[in-house]
Amino acid sequence: MTKQVHLAAHFPGVNNTTVWSDPAAGSHIEFSSFVRFAQAAERGKFDFLFLAEGLRLREQNGAIYDLDVVGRPDTFTVLAALAAVTEHLGLAGTINSTFNEPYEVARQFASLDHLSGGRAAWNVVTSWDAFTGENFRRGGFLAQDQRYDRARTFLSTVQELLDSWRGDEIAADKDTGTFLADPAAGTFAHSDAHFDIAGRFDVPRSPQGRPVVFQAGDSEEGREFAASAADAIFSRHGTKEAGQAFYADVKGRLAEYGRTPADLLILPAATFVVGETDAEAVELAAEVRRQQVSGQTALRKLEEVWNRDLSGYDPDGPLPEVDPLVGEHTVAKGRASVRMNRDPIAVAKDWRERAEAEGLSIRELMIEISSHQDFIGSPTTIAEQMIDLVQAGASDGFILVPHITPGGLDPLVDAVVPVLQERGAYRTEYTGTTLRDNLGLPPLAGAR
Amino acid sequence: MSTPLHLAVALDGAGWHPAAWREPDARPADLLTPGYWVDLVQEAERGLLDLVTLEDALSLQSTDRDGPDDRTDQVRGRLDAVQVAARVAPLTANIGLVPTAVVTHTEPFHLSKAIATLDYVSTGRAGVRVKVSGSPAEAAHVGRREVLSLEDLFAEAADWVEVLRRLWDSWEDDAEIRDVATGRFVDREKLHYIDFEGRSLSVKGPSITPRPPQGQPIVAALAHQQAPFELVGSSADLGFVTPTDAADATRIVGAVRDAQAAAARAEETVHVFGDLVVFLDDDEATARARKDRLDERAGAEYTSDATVVVGTPAGLADQLAEWAQAGLTGFRLRPATLPHDLRQVTTGLVPELQRRGLFRTAYEATTLRGHLGLPRPANRYTTV
Repeated sequence: MTKQVHLAAHFPGVNNTTVWSDPAAGSHIEFSSFVRFAQAAERGKFDFLFLAEGLRLREQNGAIYDLDVVGRPDTFTVLAALAAVTEHLGLAGTINSTFNEPYEVARQFASLDHLSGGRAAWNVVTSWDAFTGENFRRGGFLAQDQRYDRARTFLSTVQELLDSWRGDEIAADKDTGTFLADPAAGTFAHSDAHFDIAGRFDVPRSPQGRPVVFQAGDSEEGREFAASAADAIFSRHGTKEAGQAFYADVKGRLAEYGRTPADLLILPAATFVVGETDAEAVELAAEVRRQQVSGQTALRKLEEVWNRDLSGYDPDGPLPEVDPLVGEHTVAKGRASVRMNRDPIAVAKDWRERAEAEGLSIRELMIEISSHQDFIGSPTTIAEQMIDLVQAGASDGFILVPHITPGGLDPLVDAVVPVLQERGAYRTEYTGTTLRDNLGLPPLAGAR
Repeated sequence: MSTPLHLAVALDGAGWHPAAWREPDARPADLLTPGYWVDLVQEAERGLLDLVTLEDALSLQSTDRDGPDDRTDQVRGRLDAVQVAARVAPLTANIGLVPTAVVTHTEPFHLSKAIATLDYVSTGRAGVRVKVSGSPAEAAHVGRREVLSLEDLFAEAADWVEVLRRLWDSWEDDAEIRDVATGRFVDREKLHYIDFEGRSLSVKGPSITPRPPQGQPIVAALAHQQAPFELVGSSADLGFVTPTDAADATRIVGAVRDAQAAAARAEETVHVFGDLVVFLDDDEATARARKDRLDERAGAEYTSDATVVVGTPAGLADQLAEWAQAGLTGFRLRPATLPHDLRQVTTGLVPELQRRGLFRTAYEATTLRGHLGLPRPANRYTTV
């Protein structure tokens, strides 16, 4: 049988991938948008819907960044509500491990899993900055080298709490009057450098036992963390070869943890533009890129590397002659991407040379650099590309990131999915009830 | 005609009596399923009630305030109340949803966006009942060692609610502009830092969630004594109180009104609901016999912080009408068993009150603030 493609949907986020200026763009906060988006994903037999999180509004040049979508709901609350209007779709969210307590997060994921009949998933992240910490009583800054240690400990502590119930403790026997078969159900005690907690956990075991665990990130620590503890890893790779290398590397790390390649799915995020024909899609894609990178957005993106105010520059003109400011980043706050620019002087030199060679303005260059779509083409072309990448061992499927809320998933669901199904590479019906079932992961063995 | 009453029902497990789960109509194996809660809230909505509250805590239920009791004969285990409310919201249309949140060990930033989001998913029916935790066992669940004094717990709760309210207002209603000409999605002049600095909380803001449909969702608190009366007076829209009789109700309402005046909120509407545990049947003898049977199964006579009413819906209607004269604006009924006593409320008490002109005969508003007669408030940060 053809190796099956897994698909999931990323609710359009608060960055410039999301085109809010399109006439078709709807509300990013009204619940009706989430319902429509989730129901499209379920119509497409997707594994899950994913919501990202950011706990402080982004700032640039000391002011709230206003060019992208701003504002989003609370992850748990909107996922619990979506459980009421979907039946099979997994409900996945990013939840930060820095500004929460394991007890609270454990009960929230256990509750979501109960309320969705076993469809909860958690993308574990650890915040990196004191900037976000200003919104929390727990505040705090975590050094880069402690991030994964904290995340790993937080995750294992949450799992310890969830495992404090085996699943057979509730007798609820009206005749004998025994509600709880085990008087010590939920007992836990955990002590380490990060957490020193003990008592009784209050949410009995949920359908999946534990939420499905996602990990995003490409770093060495991220890969190792995923190999040891995650059920799926998000990643993004420019080429098929890079995807294959990543896939082989991460899957190769599993054996050390007593796991098999089937225990960890590799699901890169992917953007897409579907057209009637390939040519139409290419044209459409160019238009979308222009919408994603306005002149103002191009300047702001350039500032992320230059680390200085570039508002005086003309986006339709050449790149700044002045070099980036090296040192602590002060211009853009609240963005993961800012950390990536390790050598801004070299990047700036590269970009200037490229712009000159190709005759590109600031905006044109930023469109080239920052905006591309992974899948561009007719439904058949896209379906074949997806099947090829999965067959070639570059991924197990894709987390699709539409650029329009809430209808952006529709072309993929209604045109590409049927082709995948015709080729025998994609389910035609859900076959299980939990998210683990959707992902093809075996149920967890009894804990404790 | 007298002023109509407001009615709420407090949902908790299989009901408030510890043996409730053994009743013939109880569904003790379903307490962790969404269908159980949907059925109960829809029943409350058929009764046109203002709102339901959902109990919660950061600990396993226990008869011992200070820690677990190792009992096996009572309901143990529960779900996060905010999520239960959210799960029910799309399947109901009118009733207010007021989950309990422990403030002592949690982040107001998280709860603020959670309740704002509950308001979005319910299109304007959200509230939150804030609750302090003085339990050493709950503190140990989050690794805290010190337990604050009652006064400090409630002072922190007041700060906490202030943060909640400022965050809800931190986006002006028209902050989202989607101005294609300038490329701006929001007008950042209409997003506000809240810059709250308190004794144990400091929060920068703004919220990540836009101002919710009601502007300010309802904040409620249960209050038994002076410190929580002051919290209700200074910070809440709705207080739940536990008078022993009409005279006590007069005293308590007076204390809340004094606290309200002391907080310079005398002009604002603050509802004070009397809490009652109810065992209701078509005749008093049946209700009495049911309570006796439940008590026998529990091995002790039922006691509560709230007055316990054992009788008929008509008798309860008399009592509510009398207590309302003492200044209570409504009642929160705690059904002794579910769904029995809830149905007695919706199909017995409500029609009885309607006959007397004391309760609505149809929902007249679409938001919880609307049910409670509260206007959508102006934003504290909006300058005209």
